[in-house]
Amino acid sequence: MGLAPLPLVNDAGMDLPIQELTPERIAVVFNRIMNTETAARFKVYMNTCVHCGLCSDACHWFLSNDRDPRFSPVGKVKQTLWTLVQKKGRVQPEFIKECSRIAQTECNVCRRCSMYCPFGIDIAYLLLTVRRICSELGVVPQFLQDTVNSHAVTLNQMWVKQDEWIDTLQWQEDDARAEVRNARIPLDKEGADVFYSVIAPEPKILAQLIGNIAQIMAVAKVDWTMPSFDGWDNSNMAMYSGDFETMGRVERSHHDAALRLKSRRIVMGECGHAFRGAVYDGPKWLGWREPPIPLIHAVDFYHELITTGRLKIIKKFSTPVTVQEPCNIIRGRGLGVKLREIIDATCSDFRPPEPDFEHNYCCGAGGGVINCGPNWKASRVKGNSVKAEQLAATGAHIVITPCHNCHSGIEDIISGYKLGMHVKFFSEILMEVIEIPDELQA
Amino acid sequence: MNEIISNLAKSWDWDTPSKNLSDISQWSSNFSEVQELVTSMDGERIASVVRAGDESFTVCVNGEPWSNTFEKAWSLKFSPAGVLFVIAMNEDEWSVFEEDEPWNDTFEYVWNLNFSPNGKIAGVNVRSAEGYGASLNGETWEHKFVQVRSMHISNDGRNSAGSVQMEPLSEGDIVTFKKGIWGLAVNGHPWEQRFLNVWGCAFSGDGTRVAAEVRLKSGSQTIAVDGICWNEQFKAVWEPVFIPGTHEVIAPGLSSKGWQLHINGSPLWNQPFNQVWRQKFGPDGKRLAAVVSPDFGRWSIAVDGTVWKSTFSDVVIEPIFSFDSKHVAAAVKNNNRWTIAVDGVAWNQGFDMAWNPYFSPDGNMVVARIALGKNYFVALDGKLVLGPFEEMWDPIFSPDGESLLVKCVDDSRYFRKILPVKELLKK
Ligand code: SF4
Ligand code: SF4
Repeated sequence: MGLAPLPLVNDAGMDLPIQELTPERIAVVFNRIMNTETAARFKVYMNTCVHCGLCSDACHWFLSNDRDPRFSPVGKVKQTLWTLVQKKGRVQPEFIKECSRIAQTECNVCRRCSMYCPFGIDIAYLLLTVRRICSELGVVPQFLQDTVNSHAVTLNQMWVKQDEWIDTLQWQEDDARAEVRNARIPLDKEGADVFYSVIAPEPKILAQLIGNIAQIMAVAKVDWTMPSFDGWDNSNMAMYSGDFETMGRVERSHHDAALRLKSRRIVMGECGHAFRGAVYDGPKWLGWREPPIPLIHAVDFYHELITTGRLKIIKKFSTPVTVQEPCNIIRGRGLGVKLREIIDATCSDFRPPEPDFEHNYCCGAGGGVINCGPNWKASRVKGNSVKAEQLAATGAHIVITPCHNCHSGIEDIISGYKLGMHVKFFSEILMEVIEIPDELQA
Repeated sequence: MNEIISNLAKSWDWDTPSKNLSDISQWSSNFSEVQELVTSMDGERIASVVRAGDESFTVCVNGEPWSNTFEKAWSLKFSPAGVLFVIAMNEDEWSVFEEDEPWNDTFEYVWNLNFSPNGKIAGVNVRSAEGYGASLNGETWEHKFVQVRSMHISNDGRNSAGSVQMEPLSEGDIVTFKKGIWGLAVNGHPWEQRFLNVWGCAFSGDGTRVAAEVRLKSGSQTIAVDGICWNEQFKAVWEPVFIPGTHEVIAPGLSSKGWQLHINGSPLWNQPFNQVWRQKFGPDGKRLAAVVSPDFGRWSIAVDGTVWKSTFSDVVIEPIFSFDSKHVAAAVKNNNRWTIAVDGVAWNQGFDMAWNPYFSPDGNMVVARIALGKNYFVALDGKLVLGPFEEMWDPIFSPDGESLLVKCVDDSRYFRKILPVKELLKK
């Protein structure tokens, strides 16, 4: 194709394991997965694609890399699965590293391309199949694998120990009480209306978000609980690395925790991929058509609290804001209008991004890509210059990001392209605009 | 209710029809904060962590505060034997308080308060300057570990086990992790064998053997008994149980056929399922029931390999046997409504929540705690026979099956009621 070679990135999670691979072993694993884990859906997608390239312009990686066809959705499938299928998996170990690089670090499985393919081919599913093959061969970017190891051991993604988790909740309860009288984080309360779950970066590095929620729950008089035991983390990077067995264990622990506490429903904090794992991929692997008890995302929950008057907005956030619409809850779940409504209810100067709603571009961090670690940060930021242009064009100062991956990914875009903007979770906006009634003032 | 509770119940007061043991609204006047209420199994005591002053908490039992106050207190629990425990902290030192008396040792942190099934032993996981471990009735494991993640106690309370991390691991160190740095410590002594992961854990009935789920490498899991792995490996496994009175182990394993129950690594029930878990033996030690998903998105119970005729869309919690092991009941959720199913037949009425059902001693009746909205009821054989209450705990049959113990908060007052089953059935 006459294209310049891509920069070589060393990664212990790929470079070491491929030394132990042989074409024979790769073929065995590939064929096992083809024969036992893929079916008509895989064949239909592979056989239906007419190689028209209409999906290319949908992908931020393609648009941000000078329209290099290697970054087009169909190009990524061509460079990985087409060859694997053609050679019945009998490929050289170095090829598996290429597959891992393409599928794990250069696709956010955001599914934007599916919306532009005339046949609706789910490229993200095909690239997740590549990830599954790589994972079964032990070839996974180092820091993504480390995150999955953490999930397997602790059932949370950041190696948070059990005592650290509870200690953090108690500390945040103290902080919340300093603002709202008798605010609590009720641990292990049986029969509560809401089982609230978070992702591990909250107790690890963003504990104040839990304190914020304790204040919001107290003001809105929500009957809620959090578990002192495993199952509190709703995130799931194993879903993205291709380690479905660990994914299943993590999801079971999350749903079991809510069932054990006899909660009426689960409300998940602001994270997109976690929502996908808990509502779609995880339950299905375990045998559930739907989550065993209703489960809603924080955006849905805030919408309910605001529209029912349980949270009163007494002033509007006046700094110009725009929004990063998380793929997994907007394109994946249709929460775009609700998100817009709560922004309208709380912010006076909203600058819509273009394109927006389900057509918005991915943050570039999702799909496990940010978890691939520092070695891949440069290519990740380079691979989303369209996002930087899009954000800059809004003229906003703040980007609301109701998702942890979006939050970190947009932070990297802002600093990488020197946009001079800041990111905020929606709960941080809420903390500035809600009424704390006199009787609850600490 | 298991056999142990049923034995304990023989000494409870089954004669006094109703005792109003405390006025909870009074607690709210006396304390600026009253947390979640807990009751003793026999219903004679109700307790809560309460705020004793601006910066201190204590435990209130039947309206009376303990003499000790704490900077923090949580995990308030009655043991099955009726002893009240709380995990509490003063001046950055955590301990367990048992009926207002502290255990001797203090720790940097304490959690996972758990009891032996016979109710005699309380155990916690602990962190101290030397590392992580466990403490049982105040006796702390001698050895410490990099991390401990569970606390299991044998039936008789003599042995304890927890999964432990044997070596430190730095951030991103996938190479050391792959070697296997996790083990199971029994009474503080780790197995020689190490694994990528050790989850779940079960003691044999006599407490001398321990089985756990272990991961050998990615996509390869099995069951280890006293550190020795089954010969067969699976894509995934779930929690093991011992066959009562034996050292044989049963666990679900996932192979290319699907999920199956295995005994010592070989298929026990031939039929593979979409899912199988929470296998449990009846009191006779012979009948075995498990939660299964026979078709995608449908859930049921299989007893000795035979699946109930009815299946449910959302969830089946766990099998509960009658005392004679002949019947099985479970809390189930179908189309977003909870109910109780007995031997495969669901009660007609659906509820907003249903707790585990319990059989009468003769196995002919089933009782369960039910919620409709925020009101709690006693449901007997599918009929709401008592309630609504503001709070309620699981009803318990008397050993002769003639009466029900109902523990409830009604009009802000806590009652312990003994109700003749015959009268309730007339309602
Ligand atoms: S990043 Fe998104 S648009 Fe690009 S190939 Fe992957 S799923 Fe498609
Ligand atoms: S738009 Fe669809 S059919 Fe065309 S190349 Fe892309 S995936 Fe294939």
